[in-house]
Amino acid sequence: MNCHEHHTLELNGVAHSYGKKLALSEVKFSAQCGQRLALLGPNGAGKSTLIRLLAGLLKKQHGEIIWRGAPLAQARREVAYLPQVDHHQQNFPLRVRDVVEMGRFPHLGHFKRFGKIDSEKTDEAIATMKLEDIADRQIDQLSGGQQQRTYIARALAQEAHIILLDEPFNGLDIESRCHLSASMIELSESGHLIIASHHQLESVTDIFTHALVLDQKQVNFGEAADVMQSKEVKAILHACHPQHSHPVTDPTVTDCCS
Amino acid sequence: MIEFFELNLYQRAFIAALIIGYLNGFTSAFVLLHRSPLKLAAFSHSLLPGVAIAAYFFTLTAVTAFFGALVAAIIIGVLTILLSRISKIHDETVLAVLYTGAFAIGIMVLWRLGSSQELEKWLLGNIIALSDLDLKMSLVVGFIAVSFLALYRRALVAHLFDTEVAASLGIRTRVLEYLSFVILILVLITTLQAVGCVLAVGLIVTPASIARSFVKTPDALFFLSGIVGAAGCALGLIASYYLDQPAGASITVVLTGGFLLSVLLKLKKGNA
Repeated sequence: MNCHEHHTLELNGVAHSYGKKLALSEVKFSAQCGQRLALLGPNGAGKSTLIRLLAGLLKKQHGEIIWRGAPLAQARREVAYLPQVDHHQQNFPLRVRDVVEMGRFPHLGHFKRFGKIDSEKTDEAIATMKLEDIADRQIDQLSGGQQQRTYIARALAQEAHIILLDEPFNGLDIESRCHLSASMIELSESGHLIIASHHQLESVTDIFTHALVLDQKQVNFGEAADVMQSKEVKAILHACHPQHSHPVTDPTVTDCCS
Repeated sequence: MIEFFELNLYQRAFIAALIIGYLNGFTSAFVLLHRSPLKLAAFSHSLLPGVAIAAYFFTLTAVTAFFGALVAAIIIGVLTILLSRISKIHDETVLAVLYTGAFAIGIMVLWRLGSSQELEKWLLGNIIALSDLDLKMSLVVGFIAVSFLALYRRALVAHLFDTEVAASLGIRTRVLEYLSFVILILVLITTLQAVGCVLAVGLIVTPASIARSFVKTPDALFFLSGIVGAAGCALGLIASYYLDQPAGASITVVLTGGFLLSVLLKLKKGNA
């Protein structure tokens, strides 16, 4: 995997409305490859809106989204979007390998033949995510954790630099959460920029290097440890997670991540 | 069997059954993955007024019937989207209301034409009475539909599997959705004359439902569904000759039987 550590994503004054309802405003931050950025905030805070804007699923209305000095829209193939597990249509006749191969679409378009280089990239992604043994299994026969690994492999086959994950830990068992945390750390260390919406506050500092707190506008951004100590952030986040008002470490993640 | 193939009428019907069967079978893979058989059923009924009005104002030929049905499909499609947006009622409910209304208007117009045979022909179809022009139109539509589905297979599969991910990969999902629906309507119209607007739905849904039990990839599903469609239509036509039954009904019964058999086989395989 190439190292893209000096590649920077910059958002400047990004805002988005659904009709007359303002969903997100005043978003301004920059992140680099090699970082893991958590998007935090209560329901309806704009986390999904921001991910969808970055994934190109929503049209940018206000502000700038710059990637490597140019608008992000010009580098779509460098951004991979991973929805929540089970977001796809169920009982679909697809093997793990077929799903990973989809990542080659931005390189092939509609009519280019799936060639040797595409096969190599697919095999490489399957091997990186340790999916060789289940590469011929149907996607719906896999556990949530295995599906997440398949989606990450698709992002690797796509040769994406930025990997966007929507609530990636939702619906995963403890073991799968540990594996996913480890994979996210490995990916960022190999030069990817990981951006994920997240709501398990206890594990933010274990998994992520940076955090962006949203509440329909940007509340705070910075290194994860600093952000999580901010009184303002605590007030917002703990109001929507009252069970976590006395922060405790999450043994399910910290044990395996340490 | 030799007797069957010696009859000119049945020779042509047999070729039509293979073409229309393969075309519908291949397309049924898309319908299965798209999960839209009921929407298609509604559309197939809404084609009748188009054919009826074409028969009322012009001489009824394969071409006028084709364009009449096409116009009806476009009007019902646009009205469904429009009325659903205005009324905030789910589009499938609006479609159900519109297609029954359109179907009723079709029956009234055909009734006014004074020939009950016409009504029966479009309701139940007659693959044995297809003209050379009908066959040529089936071939052209078949070529367009199969080529489209085959060429855009990679994007279609990604879109049907997860639309949002497909869009993030740069696939124009909305354009693909509209184009594929146009293709489905064209296939339905071509099938109308062979098996009628009621049984056409079975032909564009059942083959893939049979094939699904035996495949693991979309490519295999498209390929096998085409074969199943062609084989089902050919067998149904031959059975109709020897059992002296209407061809459209016979084809549909063969395919339905094939589906039940495929489920039993899958069950047996699962228990083995």
